[in-house]
Amino acid sequence: MIVAERKPMAEILSFIQGVNRLLVVGCDTCVAVCLAGGAKEVAVLSAALRLALRERTPALEIIERSVERQCEEEFNAPLAEDIAKVEAVLSMACGVGVQTLAEQFPNALIYPALNTKFMGRPETTGIWAERCLGCGDCVLGRFGGICPITRCSKSLLNGPCGGSSNGRCEVDPEHLECAWQLIYDRLSRLGQLERLYAIEPPKDWRPAHDGGPRRVTREDLRP
Amino acid sequence: MKSGSRLERLLEAGHFVVTAELGPPKGPEVTVVERKMSLLAGACDAINVTDNQTAIVRLSSAATCAILHQHGLEPVMQMTCRDRNRLAMQADIFGAVALGVRNLLCLSGDHQTFGNHPSAKNVYDLDSIQMIQMVKRLRDEGLTAGGDAVEGQVPLLIGGAANPFGDPFEMRIIRLAKKVAAGADFIQTQCVFDVARFKEWMRRVVDLGLHEKVAILAGVMPLKSAAAGRFINANVPGITVPEAIIERLSRAGRGAKAREEGMRLCAETIQELRTIEGVRGVHIMAVEWEEAIRPIAEMAGLLPRPEPPERAVGPTP
Repeated sequence: MIVAERKPMAEILSFIQGVNRLLVVGCDTCVAVCLAGGAKEVAVLSAALRLALRERTPALEIIERSVERQCEEEFNAPLAEDIAKVEAVLSMACGVGVQTLAEQFPNALIYPALNTKFMGRPETTGIWAERCLGCGDCVLGRFGGICPITRCSKSLLNGPCGGSSNGRCEVDPEHLECAWQLIYDRLSRLGQLERLYAIEPPKDWRPAHDGGPRRVTREDLRP
Repeated sequence: MKSGSRLERLLEAGHFVVTAELGPPKGPEVTVVERKMSLLAGACDAINVTDNQTAIVRLSSAATCAILHQHGLEPVMQMTCRDRNRLAMQADIFGAVALGVRNLLCLSGDHQTFGNHPSAKNVYDLDSIQMIQMVKRLRDEGLTAGGDAVEGQVPLLIGGAANPFGDPFEMRIIRLAKKVAAGADFIQTQCVFDVARFKEWMRRVVDLGLHEKVAILAGVMPLKSAAAGRFINANVPGITVPEAIIERLSRAGRGAKAREEGMRLCAETIQELRTIEGVRGVHIMAVEWEEAIRPIAEMAGLLPRPEPPERAVGPTP
């Protein structure tokens, strides 16, 4: 899923200075699952804003909404009426949702309430970790299902650097595992260590963002 | 001859080579380079010039190498994958060769979070093994990474690093084998303090016959004090300074006495490394302590440095 985290309150408040009528709109997909921007977080943020602004903006009105998937226009269409009534919109979706609203409602002021972090998964309660950089040309089949591009701090493709110690990455030993220790252990368990002897050629970064903003076209689905 | 470099000629002639390290200044202060050059001249065969070492911005390796070359010293240019994509790497390699550089050490590079620009974006377009492969292709096939013909020749002796003490241990040998297969001519290892563990690694290297395909230069580092040893143990992954070394430094006292003992310990390590099969030289890393190189080389019986056989006319890539 896309993992996000709420921005600091001071930054959110800086967006809505002097705004009297505000729409806070969440998204009930990824960011709801990672407890950053679903209906519940919309209610929590709205309450916090009312409290923070009760003296500065006593007339503040907040409309609270949440949509199924803010990254698809059809789910946002019912917001048109609310958006027409407010001076600004705080989106609690990921960056894709925020931009969808901005494209869909060209005259509305849309602000992000979240920082979109990464594609990842919950490791344990309260901890989410990155698993995919979206490089556009998946290498997992060659590395035992562990991504060195995402999980090695240097995205090394031919083995660990000198900073791997006791299975940890020197960049943040407390929190980061060495991806190459994981790959080595897993391929060793799978009896596929010989994979590691082959020199992995330079990666073609065109399918990644380096080729410019990407799009996927499925001719079979086009009208 | 691949490069015709002094380092290559000495290795070919069977000499036990000595390389040392020169850290460029944190700005264009050439006098710093000149002072360090005078400390190293005649005390070693080639001088590694670090490339934004520990991710701290310094005078560029290529420019520093050119200055060394102009003064008749032999540089080993270090280049990391951290700061350059494959275009910049090749352009800087062409530039360095044009300015007289004949040895290149290909490195991953310390992660930028350790340095003085932790908010920088890193590159890692290639890794160090892919860089070695690219340089070999430039040199031997005259082709860029993109497949275009190179105008002129790229006579470089290609080096790589190896950490015999990093984890996972088995992966370290695989990685060395890959560097050799990619085209490394020489290897400079991480600092050796624990000679017994290094011997174990070298035994694996020799068993696989890798020592015949690549010249292994064992890294050593003089310690200024017991505290420096403890600092390494606490902060540098993959290096362990044995307690016996820390104790000797501690017994030696403080200041000049401890430094003297540090140099002596380093020289003793070199003498021990010299007896290990497959070790073709040493790489002395005296970080910001270039004054130590000559006394260490002297104590280890490595001076005077030999003159290499005459260079064949023109490199023959």
